[in-house]
Amino acid sequence: MDTIFALASAQGKAGVAVIRLSGPNAHPAAAGLTGGTLPPRGMRVRTLHAGDGSRLDDGLVLTFQAPASFSGEDVAELQIHGSTASVNAVMRSLSDTEGLRLAEPGEFTRRALENGKMDLTQVEGLADLIDAETEAQRKQAQTILAGELGALAERWRRDLIRAASLLEAVIDFADEEVPTDVTPEVRSLISGVMADLQREAEGVRIAERIRTGFEVAIVGLPNAGKSTLLNALAGRDAAITSEFAGTTRDVIEVRMDLGGLPVTLLDTAGLRETEDHVENLGIELARKRAEAADLRVFLTENPTELGVEMLVGDIQVFPKSDLRDVTEGGISGKTGQGIDQLIAQISRVLAERTTSHGIATRERHRVALDNAREALGAAMAVLESGPDLYDIAAEEMRTAIRALETLVGRIGVEDLLDEIFSSFCLGK
Amino acid sequence: MKHSKFDVVVVGAGHAGTEAAHAAARMGAETALVTLSASDIGVMSCNPAIGGLGKGHLVREIDALDGVMGRVADQAGIQFRLLNRRKGPAVQGPRTQADRALYRAAMQKETHAQQRLTVVVGEVVDFLMDGSRVAGIRLADESEIHAEAVILTSGTFLRGVIHIGDVSRPGGRMGGRPSVKLAERLDSFDLPLGRLKTGTPPRLDGRTIDWSELERQDGDEEPTLFSFLSTSVVAPQISCGITHTNTRTHEIIEKNLSRSAMYGGHIDGIGPRYCPSIEDKIVRFSDKESHQIFLEPEGVNDHTIYPNGISTSLPQDVQQEYVRSIMGLENAEILQPGYAIEYDYVDPRVLTSSLSLPDAPGLYLAGQINGTTGYEEAAAQGLVAGLNAALEVFGRNPVHFSRADSYIGVMIDDLTTRGVAEPYRMFTSRAEFRLSLRADNADQRLTHVGLQLGCVGDRRKARFGEKMEMLTAAKSKLSERTYTPKEIRAVGINVNQDGNRRDGFAILAFPDVAFDDLIPLVPSLREVEPDIRLQVERDALYANYIARQQKDVEAMKRDESYEIPRDFDYFLLEGLSSEIKQKLSQARPETIAQASRVEGVTPAALTLLLAKLRREQKVRKA
Repeated sequence: MDTIFALASAQGKAGVAVIRLSGPNAHPAAAGLTGGTLPPRGMRVRTLHAGDGSRLDDGLVLTFQAPASFSGEDVAELQIHGSTASVNAVMRSLSDTEGLRLAEPGEFTRRALENGKMDLTQVEGLADLIDAETEAQRKQAQTILAGELGALAERWRRDLIRAASLLEAVIDFADEEVPTDVTPEVRSLISGVMADLQREAEGVRIAERIRTGFEVAIVGLPNAGKSTLLNALAGRDAAITSEFAGTTRDVIEVRMDLGGLPVTLLDTAGLRETEDHVENLGIELARKRAEAADLRVFLTENPTELGVEMLVGDIQVFPKSDLRDVTEGGISGKTGQGIDQLIAQISRVLAERTTSHGIATRERHRVALDNAREALGAAMAVLESGPDLYDIAAEEMRTAIRALETLVGRIGVEDLLDEIFSSFCLGK
Repeated sequence: MKHSKFDVVVVGAGHAGTEAAHAAARMGAETALVTLSASDIGVMSCNPAIGGLGKGHLVREIDALDGVMGRVADQAGIQFRLLNRRKGPAVQGPRTQADRALYRAAMQKETHAQQRLTVVVGEVVDFLMDGSRVAGIRLADESEIHAEAVILTSGTFLRGVIHIGDVSRPGGRMGGRPSVKLAERLDSFDLPLGRLKTGTPPRLDGRTIDWSELERQDGDEEPTLFSFLSTSVVAPQISCGITHTNTRTHEIIEKNLSRSAMYGGHIDGIGPRYCPSIEDKIVRFSDKESHQIFLEPEGVNDHTIYPNGISTSLPQDVQQEYVRSIMGLENAEILQPGYAIEYDYVDPRVLTSSLSLPDAPGLYLAGQINGTTGYEEAAAQGLVAGLNAALEVFGRNPVHFSRADSYIGVMIDDLTTRGVAEPYRMFTSRAEFRLSLRADNADQRLTHVGLQLGCVGDRRKARFGEKMEMLTAAKSKLSERTYTPKEIRAVGINVNQDGNRRDGFAILAFPDVAFDDLIPLVPSLREVEPDIRLQVERDALYANYIARQQKDVEAMKRDESYEIPRDFDYFLLEGLSSEIKQKLSQARPETIAQASRVEGVTPAALTLLLAKLRREQKVRKA
């Protein structure tokens, strides 16, 4: 197994930079730079030297011993001054060390996964945490990183294995003293899990929004002041986190943090009837994007004139309040009137929606949950016929358990037999 | 000193050994079956029954390959019962009580009738070696038998120790001699060994049992036989008695627990959880006030009763005391005390899926020595070892049984990739493709494989050919045209009026439609024989599920096609944890499919392994 190293902190100038080493040679290589010895697990202040004896930098050297480390291997971390030159010098020295190589992207995490330090969902959680820009994203990533989805899947799996083992016991030990009808207990275990699955699957859409961002579209007639409003929103309490052109020049996206939630504001083409073919294409796109968005801000006096349906939670504001006499719901990108109220209202609507989010966050999770739910539904249906169709019910259970396992791990028949043997006295 | 030469030598004439010898001989190999005593052939040393759930499936598969166990069991069966009769056909398992004497007689007759099969009486003390290759055996009288392949089926004889209470002595089973010398030879191969135990109940004299108060269990009115060639029951049919332990029985056992070999600390081997001793049952399930006991006659002309459910390693006087606390057994005489037996087994993960030992070419292991329990499991392994030994002798490729085509495949794969933690017994729940691996279609799954191999005789070949012809004819009648929902409803079958046209087979796949319901729609079906009707019905019943599983089967077959070289060094594979490397090195999977079933192997690890194999393949091609 190679020992790998990489800069663990961000590139560029900073107070401190962290270089991480993982693998069997991590400790000797770190000790080599210090010219002395290091404890198997601990923290030392040391001066680092290059191979030719020249001084590289002063730093803090942390050592972790396998398996009690991030990757599950021996790990060393060098915390040095965060100058590009210092980092490059130390990295060069490490590349020259026998048995060390630069890590590939994600390789530390992959080793952690392979050494059983994390399950698949936790790796996803870690990736989310590193990408997290807002408070809600951070909290969500932390939940997954802590293994809560894995734990939840484990609990469902345990219940389903229990249910399947009841069926299998009736099938495989037909001539022994096991109950002949376990339908009520099996059904109650299945319906408990199904209710949970349903809730989680429904929460995935919201959770995925927290992860990837909510889309809020500003719609209105041409020249209603949408762009001015967008600029005003972007320039006020909301911090712009990125800005880039949309898929066409007619949709501008601005990503921002609204009350801890990631939001992408869409500035769409003005909606109107036109003979211009090219403009029509842009309008069609604007309508589609607006309809697919999580929330729409109607910048108009009359929402029905735009050809976009106003849904529950959507917001209407009256444009260019600086030019006319509006007291309630008026807004002006130019003077800033009503901007704070609009931000508060968007935040409130989205925050309300996030209260229903679940732990599962990805489409992959939702597919697994739905597949499991479908198989369990089929199992419930055949169970109505009682023990005669247990062979079919057991097959559906197997499908459901396998679907859940794609979330985290896998099942062996030994798990089933273990459950059977611990519950029944078998062997006539 | 005598010398002789055979193609295949089988050591041990238990259920694994006889089936192995018959299989090799059917394949055309000159075969010697070596046993300590010719009268041991066909002995049932444990309970007098064949078949059951999973086990019955194995017997049908052995029969489909023209093996002997099914035919012999049909000759000796004295109480046939199809377990799970009311449930789906996939989980129905044939079982019978067997008359010990009839079973032994039938097996000996088959064995003597089999061409190219010679029974040799003697004690095997050593292998003949040709370098690292096993090239035959040496007997205690110094005579030598040379052979291209040797199949060892020594059961519990490897360092077997029998315990009755605190008394123990070496021995394979009651009356048998342990083969210590051979064990020393095996040690020189440096095989990983483990220790297991199993037990038997005291045998009772049926004439001293008061049957009048006891519940009886009869066989099925229409017996389901094992062999696809058998047509009717031969032996007289009997019924079994049922009684129960009670709180008094449990008190006696609890009071004497410290005198039990198992609880007194005399036994280290691990026993099977599904066949626990009565001591175990009472300790582990202390809230149960009563356990069921089946009183199984060992034969029609035999007074011996096998009380199934009270195997024990308590001292003889305690056995007597607790037996007599049970209803109906108040005056029962014990003919032979129950005992526990401890023995060595070889960790089957060192074996290939042919059951050969790569480190000792020419040697095959089958049966209890591989950590299994049960006659059926032993016989099925014997069959696999016998076929492959003969194939090796003839320089042909080994036969591989897949999890997707048979319980035999499930068992061999479980043993060679996962190993055993307790004596391994077959269950239907071990087979992930259970719905297609049925006792009723074992011939359709395997007989054609046997025909290709050459282990199927003319009689079965003819019978199988006729049956397949009739099945194909019936199925083509069903699928020759499609019907509208209106046409289908017109004959009284309730289907959705969804506009979809369906053929007869699709209509039969509806759970509440029987074959006979289709006759008004497809009048030519009237010509189909009753047993063929039943078979078609069963095939249709699971058709939708089997189609769904087909994707899994294909994925597995694909994984099975990625072979891993025998000498693959997992420790050179980057990115695998040392624990996974260890486990893979132990299991030595032959394919990616097997690797995926090694305990603890993650999908990520498989991806790495597959990537590495592909790289190496490219290098080799280049």
